[in-house]
Amino acid sequence: MSAKTADKIATGVIVFITGLIALALIGLLGYILFRGLGHISWHFLTSPPETIRKGGGIGPQLFNSLFLLVLTMVITVPLGIGAGIYMSEYAKAGKITSAIRLVVEVLSSFPSIIVGLFGLLVIVNKFNLGFSLLSGALALTIFNLPLMVRITEQGLRSVPVQQKEASLALGISKWKTIRSVQLPIALPIVLSGSILAAGRIFGEAAALLFTAGMSSPRLDFSDWNPLHSDSPLNPMRPAETLAVHIWKVNSEGLAPDATQIAAGASAVLIITVLLFNLGARALGRYMHNKFTASK
Amino acid sequence: MGEIALSAKKLNVYYGEKHAVHDVSLDFAEKEVTALIGPSGCGKSTFLRSLNRMNDLIPSCKVTGEILIDDRNINGTDTDVVALRKKIGMVWQRPNPFHKSIYENIAFGPRYHGIKNKKQLDEIVEQSLRKAAIWEETKDRLHKSALALSGGQQQRLCIARTVAVKPDVILMDEPASALDPISTSKIEELISELKQDYSIVIVTHNMHQAARVSEKTAFFLNGHVVEYDKTETIFTNPTHQRTNDYITGRFG
Repeated sequence: MSAKTADKIATGVIVFITGLIALALIGLLGYILFRGLGHISWHFLTSPPETIRKGGGIGPQLFNSLFLLVLTMVITVPLGIGAGIYMSEYAKAGKITSAIRLVVEVLSSFPSIIVGLFGLLVIVNKFNLGFSLLSGALALTIFNLPLMVRITEQGLRSVPVQQKEASLALGISKWKTIRSVQLPIALPIVLSGSILAAGRIFGEAAALLFTAGMSSPRLDFSDWNPLHSDSPLNPMRPAETLAVHIWKVNSEGLAPDATQIAAGASAVLIITVLLFNLGARALGRYMHNKFTASK
Repeated sequence: MGEIALSAKKLNVYYGEKHAVHDVSLDFAEKEVTALIGPSGCGKSTFLRSLNRMNDLIPSCKVTGEILIDDRNINGTDTDVVALRKKIGMVWQRPNPFHKSIYENIAFGPRYHGIKNKKQLDEIVEQSLRKAAIWEETKDRLHKSALALSGGQQQRLCIARTVAVKPDVILMDEPASALDPISTSKIEELISELKQDYSIVIVTHNMHQAARVSEKTAFFLNGHVVEYDKTETIFTNPTHQRTNDYITGRFG
Protein backbone atom coordinates (compact mmCIF):
# COMPACT_ATOMS: atom_id res chain seq x y z
CA MET A 1 0.00 0.00 0.00
CA SER A 2 1.39 3.38 -0.93
CA ALA A 3 1.87 6.07 1.67
CA LYS A 4 -0.74 8.16 -0.08
CA THR A 5 -3.43 5.47 0.19
CA ALA A 6 -2.58 4.86 3.83
CA ASP A 7 -2.93 8.56 4.48
CA LYS A 8 -6.32 8.62 2.78
CA ILE A 9 -7.56 5.64 4.77
CA ALA A 10 -6.34 7.12 8.06
CA THR A 11 -8.08 10.42 7.29
CA GLY A 12 -11.26 8.58 6.38
CA VAL A 13 -11.26 6.53 9.58
CA ILE A 14 -10.63 9.57 11.77
CA VAL A 15 -13.38 11.59 10.09
CA PHE A 16 -15.74 8.63 10.44
CA ILE A 17 -15.03 8.22 14.17
CA THR A 18 -15.46 11.93 14.81
CA GLY A 19 -18.71 11.94 12.84
CA LEU A 20 -20.00 8.99 14.82
CA ILE A 21 -19.31 10.70 18.13
CA ALA A 22 -20.85 13.96 16.99
CA LEU A 23 -23.90 12.10 15.71
CA ALA A 24 -24.35 10.21 18.98
CA LEU A 25 -24.13 13.44 20.97
CA ILE A 26 -26.50 15.34 18.71
CA GLY A 27 -28.90 12.40 18.76
CA LEU A 28 -28.86 12.20 22.53
CA LEU A 29 -29.26 15.93 22.98
CA GLY A 30 -32.01 16.07 20.38
CA TYR A 31 -33.87 13.17 21.95
CA ILE A 32 -33.80 14.71 25.43
CA LEU A 33 -34.81 18.14 24.18
CA PHE A 34 -37.49 16.73 21.85
CA ARG A 35 -39.08 14.72 24.65
CA GLY A 36 -38.76 17.41 27.28
CA LEU A 37 -39.21 20.80 25.66
CA GLY A 38 -42.94 20.40 25.23
CA HIS A 39 -43.44 20.00 28.93
CA ILE A 40 -41.52 23.10 29.96
CA SER A 41 -43.66 26.05 30.96
CA TRP A 42 -43.41 28.89 33.42
CA HIS A 43 -45.69 26.93 35.72
CA PHE A 44 -43.46 23.84 35.46
CA LEU A 45 -40.33 25.85 36.29
CA THR A 46 -41.75 27.63 39.30
CA SER A 47 -44.28 25.42 41.09
CA PRO A 48 -43.51 22.70 43.66
CA PRO A 49 -43.82 19.03 42.73
CA GLU A 50 -46.95 16.98 43.38
CA THR A 51 -46.79 13.48 44.83
CA ILE A 52 -49.82 11.77 43.36
CA ARG A 53 -51.64 14.41 41.36
CA LYS A 54 -50.88 15.65 37.88
CA GLY A 55 -49.27 19.01 37.08
CA GLY A 56 -46.37 19.16 39.53
CA GLY A 57 -43.39 21.39 38.82
CA ILE A 58 -39.70 21.47 39.63
CA GLY A 59 -39.35 24.95 41.13
CA PRO A 60 -37.66 24.09 44.44
CA GLN A 61 -35.43 21.46 42.79
CA LEU A 62 -34.21 23.90 40.18
CA PHE A 63 -33.54 26.46 42.88
CA ASN A 64 -31.77 23.84 45.03
CA SER A 65 -29.51 22.83 42.16
CA LEU A 66 -28.50 26.42 41.46
CA PHE A 67 -27.99 27.22 45.13
CA LEU A 68 -25.94 24.07 45.65
CA LEU A 69 -23.86 24.98 42.62
CA VAL A 70 -23.07 28.42 44.01
CA LEU A 71 -22.37 27.07 47.50
CA THR A 72 -20.05 24.34 46.22
CA MET A 73 -18.18 26.69 43.88
CA VAL A 74 -17.69 29.20 46.70
CA ILE A 75 -15.93 26.47 48.69
CA THR A 76 -14.21 24.64 45.83
CA VAL A 77 -12.77 27.42 43.69
CA PRO A 78 -10.63 29.25 46.31
CA LEU A 79 -9.37 25.98 47.80
CA GLY A 80 -8.66 24.46 44.40
CA ILE A 81 -6.87 27.52 43.06
CA GLY A 82 -4.87 27.89 46.27
CA ALA A 83 -3.71 24.28 46.24
CA GLY A 84 -3.05 24.47 42.50
CA ILE A 85 -0.81 27.51 43.01
CA TYR A 86 1.05 25.65 45.73
CA MET A 87 1.57 22.57 43.57
CA SER A 88 2.77 24.57 40.60
CA GLU A 89 4.84 27.34 42.19
CA TYR A 90 5.84 26.39 45.71
CA ALA A 91 6.04 22.60 46.06
CA LYS A 92 9.60 21.34 45.69
CA ALA A 93 10.04 18.20 43.63
CA GLY A 94 10.29 15.28 46.01
CA LYS A 95 8.55 12.34 47.61
CA ILE A 96 5.91 14.35 49.46
CA THR A 97 4.95 16.32 46.37
CA SER A 98 4.63 13.20 44.24
CA ALA A 99 2.59 11.58 47.02
CA ILE A 100 0.21 14.56 47.06
CA ARG A 101 -0.04 14.43 43.29
CA LEU A 102 -0.86 10.71 43.39
CA VAL A 103 -3.59 11.25 45.97
CA VAL A 104 -5.07 14.03 43.86
CA GLU A 105 -5.06 11.77 40.79
CA VAL A 106 -6.75 8.92 42.65
CA LEU A 107 -9.32 11.21 44.22
CA SER A 108 -10.25 12.70 40.87
CA SER A 109 -11.30 9.31 39.54
CA PHE A 110 -13.21 8.33 42.68
CA PRO A 111 -16.71 6.90 42.12
CA SER A 112 -19.21 9.49 43.26
CA ILE A 113 -21.34 6.97 45.16
CA ILE A 114 -18.34 6.32 47.44
CA VAL A 115 -17.97 10.05 48.01
CA GLY A 116 -21.67 10.07 48.90
CA LEU A 117 -21.30 7.26 51.44
CA PHE A 118 -18.23 8.92 52.90
CA GLY A 119 -20.25 12.13 53.16
CA LEU A 120 -23.04 10.27 54.93
CA LEU A 121 -20.72 8.71 57.49
CA VAL A 122 -18.43 11.65 58.15
CA ILE A 123 -20.22 14.88 57.23
CA VAL A 124 -23.85 13.97 57.89
CA ASN A 125 -23.42 11.69 60.93
CA LYS A 126 -20.05 12.34 62.54
CA PHE A 127 -20.03 16.11 62.16
CA ASN A 128 -23.78 16.08 62.61
CA LEU A 129 -24.53 18.42 59.75
CA GLY A 130 -27.53 16.26 58.81
CA PHE A 131 -29.05 15.96 55.37
CA SER A 132 -28.41 19.48 54.24
CA LEU A 133 -27.26 21.66 51.39
CA LEU A 134 -24.01 22.27 53.27
CA SER A 135 -23.35 18.52 53.58
CA GLY A 136 -24.03 18.16 49.87
CA ALA A 137 -21.74 21.04 49.03
CA LEU A 138 -18.93 19.59 51.15
CA ALA A 139 -19.30 16.15 49.56
CA LEU A 140 -19.18 17.71 46.10
CA THR A 141 -16.14 19.73 47.14
CA ILE A 142 -14.30 16.49 47.96
CA PHE A 143 -15.39 15.24 44.59
CA ASN A 144 -14.36 18.33 42.60
CA LEU A 145 -11.29 19.64 44.42
CA PRO A 146 -8.83 17.33 42.67
CA LEU A 147 -10.08 18.54 39.30
CA MET A 148 -9.72 22.18 40.32
CA VAL A 149 -6.23 21.62 41.74
CA ARG A 150 -5.03 19.81 38.65
CA ILE A 151 -6.47 22.30 36.22
CA THR A 152 -5.04 25.28 38.10
CA GLU A 153 -1.64 23.62 38.24
CA GLN A 154 -1.74 22.85 34.52
CA GLY A 155 -2.91 26.36 33.74
CA LEU A 156 -0.02 27.94 35.66
CA ARG A 157 2.51 25.56 34.17
CA SER A 158 1.38 26.52 30.68
CA VAL A 159 2.39 30.15 31.31
CA PRO A 160 5.77 30.76 29.62
CA VAL A 161 8.56 30.88 32.20
CA GLN A 162 9.85 34.05 30.48
CA GLN A 163 6.81 35.90 31.79
CA LYS A 164 7.64 34.95 35.33
CA GLU A 165 11.33 35.81 34.87
CA ALA A 166 10.49 39.19 33.38
CA SER A 167 8.39 40.08 36.40
CA LEU A 168 10.88 38.80 38.99
CA ALA A 169 13.68 40.69 37.23
CA LEU A 170 11.80 43.93 37.86
CA GLY A 171 12.13 43.31 41.58
CA ILE A 172 8.56 42.12 41.94
CA SER A 173 7.74 39.56 44.60
CA LYS A 174 6.79 36.00 43.83
CA TRP A 175 3.22 36.36 45.07
CA LYS A 176 2.60 39.55 43.10
CA THR A 177 4.07 37.84 40.04
CA ILE A 178 1.72 34.89 40.43
CA ARG A 179 -1.26 37.15 41.03
CA SER A 180 -0.72 39.80 38.38
CA VAL A 181 1.30 38.09 35.66
CA GLN A 182 0.80 34.33 35.74
CA LEU A 183 -2.81 33.91 36.89
CA PRO A 184 -4.33 36.28 34.30
CA ILE A 185 -2.64 34.27 31.54
CA ALA A 186 -3.78 31.00 33.09
CA LEU A 187 -7.31 32.29 33.58
CA PRO A 188 -8.95 30.73 30.50
CA ILE A 189 -7.71 27.28 31.54
CA VAL A 190 -8.70 27.74 35.18
CA LEU A 191 -12.09 28.92 34.01
CA SER A 192 -12.73 25.98 31.72
CA GLY A 193 -11.82 23.77 34.68
CA SER A 194 -14.38 25.57 36.79
CA ILE A 195 -17.02 25.08 34.10
CA LEU A 196 -16.22 21.38 34.03
CA ALA A 197 -16.56 21.24 37.81
CA ALA A 198 -19.81 23.18 37.67
CA GLY A 199 -21.25 20.77 35.11
CA ARG A 200 -20.37 17.85 37.36
CA ILE A 201 -22.02 19.53 40.33
CA PHE A 202 -25.17 20.28 38.42
CA GLY A 203 -25.51 16.79 37.01
CA GLU A 204 -24.42 14.89 40.11
CA ALA A 205 -26.99 12.68 41.82
CA ALA A 206 -25.27 9.71 43.47
CA ALA A 207 -23.11 11.72 45.87
CA LEU A 208 -26.09 13.83 46.89
CA LEU A 209 -28.55 11.05 47.71
CA PHE A 210 -26.91 10.52 51.10
CA THR A 211 -25.77 14.07 51.82
CA ALA A 212 -28.19 16.71 50.58
CA GLY A 213 -31.07 14.26 50.93
CA MET A 214 -34.03 13.33 48.78
CA SER A 215 -36.63 15.64 50.17
CA SER A 216 -37.26 19.32 50.09
CA PRO A 217 -39.23 21.07 52.78
CA ARG A 218 -41.90 23.52 51.75
CA LEU A 219 -39.97 26.63 50.88
CA ASP A 220 -41.23 30.10 51.54
CA PHE A 221 -39.86 32.10 48.62
CA SER A 222 -40.74 35.37 50.31
CA ASP A 223 -38.40 34.72 53.25
CA TRP A 224 -34.75 35.29 52.32
CA ASN A 225 -33.25 35.15 55.80
CA PRO A 226 -30.76 32.24 55.66
CA LEU A 227 -31.32 31.55 59.38
CA HIS A 228 -35.03 30.69 59.01
CA SER A 229 -35.77 27.01 58.56
CA ASP A 230 -38.11 27.36 55.59
CA SER A 231 -36.07 30.05 53.85
CA PRO A 232 -34.70 28.94 50.47
CA LEU A 233 -31.29 30.34 51.43
CA ASN A 234 -30.89 28.25 54.60
CA PRO A 235 -27.87 26.03 53.92
CA MET A 236 -28.76 23.65 56.77
CA ARG A 237 -32.02 22.39 55.25
CA PRO A 238 -32.31 19.18 53.23
CA ALA A 239 -32.48 19.84 49.52
CA GLU A 240 -33.40 17.58 46.67
CA THR A 241 -31.65 18.75 43.51
CA LEU A 242 -32.88 18.50 39.95
CA ALA A 243 -30.71 15.49 39.10
CA VAL A 244 -31.83 13.64 42.24
CA HIS A 245 -35.44 14.55 41.47
CA ILE A 246 -35.18 13.09 37.97
CA TRP A 247 -33.85 9.87 39.44
CA LYS A 248 -36.59 9.76 42.07
CA VAL A 249 -39.48 10.56 39.75
CA ASN A 250 -38.23 8.00 37.27
CA SER A 251 -37.79 5.20 39.76
CA GLU A 252 -40.60 5.71 42.25
CA GLY A 253 -42.76 8.58 40.98
CA LEU A 254 -46.47 8.10 41.63
CA ALA A 255 -47.82 11.09 39.72
CA PRO A 256 -49.56 10.10 36.46
CA ASP A 257 -47.35 12.48 34.48
CA ALA A 258 -44.09 11.24 36.04
CA THR A 259 -42.53 10.39 32.68
CA GLN A 260 -43.18 13.85 31.27
CA ILE A 261 -41.87 15.47 34.43
CA ALA A 262 -38.65 13.49 34.22
CA ALA A 263 -38.29 14.37 30.54
CA GLY A 264 -38.99 18.05 31.16
CA ALA A 265 -36.61 18.17 34.09
CA SER A 266 -33.87 16.51 32.03
CA ALA A 267 -34.27 19.10 29.31
CA VAL A 268 -34.13 21.91 31.88
CA LEU A 269 -30.97 20.38 33.35
CA ILE A 270 -29.22 20.25 30.01
CA ILE A 271 -30.29 23.72 28.96
CA THR A 272 -29.12 25.17 32.27
CA VAL A 273 -25.71 23.53 31.95
CA LEU A 274 -25.47 24.85 28.39
CA LEU A 275 -26.40 28.38 29.44
CA PHE A 276 -23.95 28.24 32.30
CA ASN A 277 -21.23 27.12 29.94
CA LEU A 278 -21.84 29.92 27.47
CA GLY A 279 -22.13 32.51 30.23
CA ALA A 280 -18.90 31.42 31.89
CA ARG A 281 -17.06 31.47 28.59
CA ALA A 282 -18.24 34.97 27.81
CA LEU A 283 -17.23 36.12 31.28
CA GLY A 284 -13.85 34.45 30.91
CA ARG A 285 -13.20 36.11 27.59
CA TYR A 286 -14.17 39.47 29.00
CA MET A 287 -11.90 39.06 32.04
CA HIS A 288 -9.00 37.77 29.96
CA ASN A 289 -9.26 40.72 27.58
CA LYS A 290 -9.47 43.13 30.45
CA PHE A 291 -6.39 41.78 32.24
CA THR A 292 -4.24 41.26 29.18
CA ALA A 293 -5.49 44.16 27.05
CA SER A 294 -5.81 41.80 24.09
CA LYS A 295 -8.61 41.91 21.62
CA MET B 1 38.00 54.04 34.41
CA GLY B 2 35.14 55.07 36.70
CA GLU B 3 33.68 53.51 39.78
CA ILE B 4 32.92 49.80 39.98
CA ALA B 5 29.18 49.17 39.65
CA LEU B 6 29.24 45.45 40.16
CA SER B 7 31.88 42.82 40.56
CA ALA B 8 32.09 39.06 40.71
CA LYS B 9 34.75 37.37 42.82
CA LYS B 10 35.65 33.76 42.23
CA LEU B 11 32.18 32.94 41.02
CA ASN B 12 31.41 29.27 40.34
CA VAL B 13 28.14 27.96 38.96
CA TYR B 14 27.08 24.32 38.98
CA TYR B 15 24.10 22.68 37.30
CA GLY B 16 23.85 19.50 39.31
CA GLU B 17 27.14 17.76 38.52
CA LYS B 18 28.06 20.07 35.67
CA HIS B 19 30.50 22.82 36.55
CA ALA B 20 29.37 25.57 34.18
CA VAL B 21 31.32 28.59 35.37
CA HIS B 22 34.84 28.36 36.88
CA ASP B 23 36.27 30.92 39.27
CA VAL B 24 35.20 33.95 37.32
CA SER B 25 36.27 37.31 38.74
CA LEU B 26 35.20 40.38 36.78
CA ASP B 27 34.68 44.05 37.64
CA PHE B 28 32.03 46.00 35.75
CA ALA B 29 32.60 49.74 35.60
CA GLU B 30 29.86 52.23 36.17
CA LYS B 31 28.23 53.70 33.06
CA GLU B 32 30.14 51.51 30.70
CA VAL B 33 29.15 48.66 28.44
CA THR B 34 30.88 45.37 29.08
CA ALA B 35 30.47 42.63 26.49
CA LEU B 36 30.71 38.93 27.28
CA ILE B 37 31.64 36.92 24.21
CA GLY B 38 32.44 33.28 23.56
CA PRO B 39 31.12 30.19 21.79
CA SER B 40 27.74 28.62 22.67
CA GLY B 41 27.74 26.79 25.95
CA CYS B 42 30.79 28.62 27.31
CA GLY B 43 28.90 29.77 30.41
CA LYS B 44 28.49 33.45 29.60
CA SER B 45 24.70 33.47 29.84
CA THR B 46 24.79 31.34 32.97
CA PHE B 47 27.24 33.81 34.51
CA LEU B 48 24.98 36.72 33.52
CA ARG B 49 21.92 35.09 35.07
CA SER B 50 23.81 34.62 38.30
CA LEU B 51 24.40 38.36 38.67
CA ASN B 52 20.75 39.10 39.50
CA ARG B 53 20.17 35.73 41.13
CA MET B 54 17.94 34.52 38.28
CA ASN B 55 19.52 31.11 38.66
CA ASP B 56 17.74 30.81 42.02
CA LEU B 57 14.75 29.71 39.94
CA ILE B 58 16.55 26.60 38.79
CA PRO B 59 16.51 24.09 41.65
CA SER B 60 19.61 22.13 40.56
CA CYS B 61 21.70 25.27 40.16
CA LYS B 62 24.27 26.26 42.79
CA VAL B 63 26.30 29.46 42.78
CA THR B 64 29.34 29.95 45.01
CA GLY B 65 31.62 32.96 45.35
CA GLU B 66 30.84 36.61 45.82
CA ILE B 67 28.91 39.18 43.84
CA LEU B 68 29.64 42.64 45.15
CA ILE B 69 27.50 45.70 44.75
CA ASP B 70 28.51 48.72 46.85
CA ASP B 71 31.01 46.44 48.61
CA ARG B 72 28.21 44.17 49.83
CA ASN B 73 28.02 40.54 48.84
CA ILE B 74 24.61 39.81 47.38
CA ASN B 75 25.16 36.12 46.84
CA GLY B 76 24.11 35.16 50.36
CA THR B 77 20.96 33.57 51.71
CA ASP B 78 20.24 36.71 53.73
CA THR B 79 20.09 38.96 50.65
CA ASP B 80 16.72 40.47 49.82
CA VAL B 81 16.59 39.11 46.29
CA VAL B 82 13.49 41.07 45.38
CA ALA B 83 15.14 44.38 46.31
CA LEU B 84 18.33 43.32 44.56
CA ARG B 85 16.57 42.63 41.28
CA LYS B 86 15.11 46.11 41.34
CA LYS B 87 18.70 47.38 41.19
CA ILE B 88 19.82 44.95 38.49
CA GLY B 89 17.42 44.75 35.58
CA MET B 90 17.47 42.22 32.78
CA VAL B 91 16.61 41.97 29.09
CA TRP B 92 16.41 38.60 27.34
CA GLN B 93 17.12 37.22 23.92
CA ARG B 94 13.47 36.79 23.02
CA PRO B 95 11.32 39.81 23.79
CA ASN B 96 8.95 38.83 26.61
CA PRO B 97 6.47 41.67 27.13
CA PHE B 98 3.72 40.96 29.63
CA HIS B 99 0.35 40.00 28.20
CA LYS B 100 -0.86 43.45 29.14
CA SER B 101 -1.23 46.84 27.49
CA ILE B 102 1.86 48.84 26.54
CA TYR B 103 1.12 51.25 29.37
CA GLU B 104 0.71 48.46 31.92
CA ASN B 105 3.94 46.81 30.80
CA ILE B 106 5.82 49.92 31.88
CA ALA B 107 3.70 50.99 34.85
CA PHE B 108 3.60 47.55 36.47
CA GLY B 109 7.05 47.77 38.07
CA PRO B 110 6.97 51.38 39.34
CA ARG B 111 3.45 50.93 40.70
CA TYR B 112 4.53 47.86 42.65
CA HIS B 113 7.48 49.83 44.01
CA GLY B 114 5.15 52.41 45.48
CA ILE B 115 4.24 55.00 42.87
CA LYS B 116 0.44 55.17 42.87
CA ASN B 117 -0.10 58.70 41.58
CA LYS B 118 -1.58 58.51 38.10
CA LYS B 119 0.19 61.62 36.86
CA GLN B 120 3.56 60.43 38.10
CA LEU B 121 3.01 57.05 36.47
CA ASP B 122 2.05 58.68 33.18
CA GLU B 123 5.29 60.61 33.34
CA ILE B 124 7.38 57.52 34.05
CA VAL B 125 5.73 55.67 31.19
CA GLU B 126 6.47 58.49 28.76
CA GLN B 127 10.05 58.97 29.95
CA SER B 128 10.82 55.27 29.83
CA LEU B 129 9.36 54.85 26.37
CA ARG B 130 11.31 57.89 25.20
CA LYS B 131 14.52 56.53 26.66
CA ALA B 132 13.97 53.29 24.80
CA ALA B 133 13.26 55.25 21.60
CA ILE B 134 9.80 53.80 21.15
CA TRP B 135 7.58 56.65 22.37
CA GLU B 136 6.71 57.99 18.93
CA GLU B 137 5.57 54.58 17.74
CA THR B 138 3.45 53.80 20.78
CA LYS B 139 2.08 57.07 22.15
CA ASP B 140 -1.24 56.69 20.32
CA ARG B 141 -1.81 53.09 21.33
CA LEU B 142 -0.64 52.98 24.93
CA HIS B 143 -3.66 51.01 26.06
CA LYS B 144 -3.47 48.43 23.30
CA SER B 145 -1.88 45.05 23.83
CA ALA B 146 1.92 44.97 23.79
CA LEU B 147 1.76 41.68 21.94
CA ALA B 148 0.60 43.46 18.79
CA LEU B 149 3.98 45.21 18.47
CA SER B 150 6.70 43.88 16.16
CA GLY B 151 9.58 41.88 17.61
CA GLY B 152 11.97 44.83 17.53
CA GLN B 153 9.41 47.11 19.13
CA GLN B 154 8.66 44.51 21.79
CA GLN B 155 12.35 44.33 22.65
CA ARG B 156 12.58 48.10 23.02
CA LEU B 157 9.45 47.96 25.16
CA CYS B 158 11.16 45.38 27.37
CA ILE B 159 14.12 47.73 27.72
CA ALA B 160 11.74 50.59 28.59
CA ARG B 161 10.08 48.35 31.18
CA THR B 162 13.46 47.65 32.77
CA VAL B 163 14.44 51.32 32.72
CA ALA B 164 11.15 52.27 34.38
CA VAL B 165 12.16 50.79 37.74
CA LYS B 166 15.43 52.79 37.64
CA PRO B 167 18.02 50.05 38.05
CA ASP B 168 21.75 50.72 38.38
CA VAL B 169 22.80 47.88 36.15
CA ILE B 170 21.10 46.35 33.11
CA LEU B 171 21.98 42.80 32.09
CA MET B 172 21.30 41.94 28.46
CA ASP B 173 21.34 38.38 27.22
CA GLU B 174 21.83 38.54 23.44
CA PRO B 175 19.19 41.26 23.18
CA ALA B 176 19.32 41.57 19.41
CA SER B 177 19.97 38.05 18.21
CA ALA B 178 16.30 37.30 17.52
CA LEU B 179 15.77 40.55 15.61
CA ASP B 180 16.17 41.75 12.04
CA PRO B 181 19.17 43.98 11.07
CA ILE B 182 17.25 47.26 11.29
CA SER B 183 15.88 46.47 14.72
CA THR B 184 19.33 45.29 15.74
CA SER B 185 20.95 48.59 14.83
CA LYS B 186 18.20 50.43 16.74
CA ILE B 187 18.93 48.35 19.82
CA GLU B 188 22.64 49.04 19.46
CA GLU B 189 22.03 52.79 19.20
CA LEU B 190 19.86 52.50 22.24
CA ILE B 191 22.58 50.75 24.22
CA SER B 192 24.99 53.56 23.42
CA GLU B 193 22.40 56.05 24.70
CA LEU B 194 21.60 54.08 27.83
CA LYS B 195 25.18 53.83 29.02
CA GLN B 196 25.10 57.50 29.94
CA ASP B 197 22.82 56.54 32.83
CA TYR B 198 23.31 52.82 33.38
CA SER B 199 26.01 50.21 33.63
CA ILE B 200 25.37 47.54 31.04
CA VAL B 201 26.58 43.97 30.80
CA ILE B 202 25.74 42.38 27.47
CA VAL B 203 26.14 38.82 26.28
CA THR B 204 26.47 38.62 22.52
CA HIS B 205 27.28 36.14 19.81
CA ASN B 206 27.91 38.88 17.36
CA MET B 207 31.51 40.04 17.62
CA HIS B 208 30.92 43.10 15.48
CA GLN B 209 28.24 44.07 17.92
CA ALA B 210 30.60 43.64 20.86
CA ALA B 211 33.17 45.75 19.06
CA ARG B 212 30.61 48.45 18.24
CA VAL B 213 28.88 48.90 21.57
CA SER B 214 31.25 47.96 24.38
CA GLU B 215 34.12 49.56 26.26
CA LYS B 216 35.36 46.30 27.66
CA THR B 217 35.11 42.71 26.56
CA ALA B 218 35.50 39.42 28.39
CA PHE B 219 36.14 36.28 26.38
CA PHE B 220 34.61 33.13 27.88
CA LEU B 221 35.64 29.61 26.99
CA ASN B 222 34.48 26.39 28.66
CA GLY B 223 33.36 28.26 31.75
CA HIS B 224 36.62 30.21 32.19
CA VAL B 225 37.37 33.81 31.43
CA VAL B 226 40.31 33.59 29.07
CA GLU B 227 40.84 37.28 28.67
CA TYR B 228 39.28 40.50 29.92
CA ASP B 229 40.42 43.84 28.61
CA LYS B 230 39.49 46.97 26.72
CA THR B 231 37.39 46.00 23.72
CA GLU B 232 39.87 47.62 21.39
CA THR B 233 42.70 45.52 22.77
CA ILE B 234 40.71 42.30 22.63
CA PHE B 235 39.84 42.82 18.99
CA THR B 236 43.12 44.20 17.72
CA ASN B 237 45.83 42.84 19.92
CA PRO B 238 44.67 40.01 22.19
CA THR B 239 47.19 38.46 24.55
CA HIS B 240 45.98 34.88 24.29
CA GLN B 241 46.15 32.68 21.25
CA ARG B 242 42.65 31.25 21.94
CA THR B 243 41.12 34.74 21.96
CA ASN B 244 42.79 35.51 18.69
CA ASP B 245 41.56 32.23 17.18
CA TYR B 246 38.00 32.96 18.28
CA ILE B 247 37.76 36.55 17.10
CA THR B 248 39.31 35.71 13.76
CA GLY B 249 36.67 33.00 13.35
CA ARG B 250 38.88 29.96 13.58
CA PHE B 251 36.40 28.24 15.94
CA GLY B 252 33.19 28.98 17.76
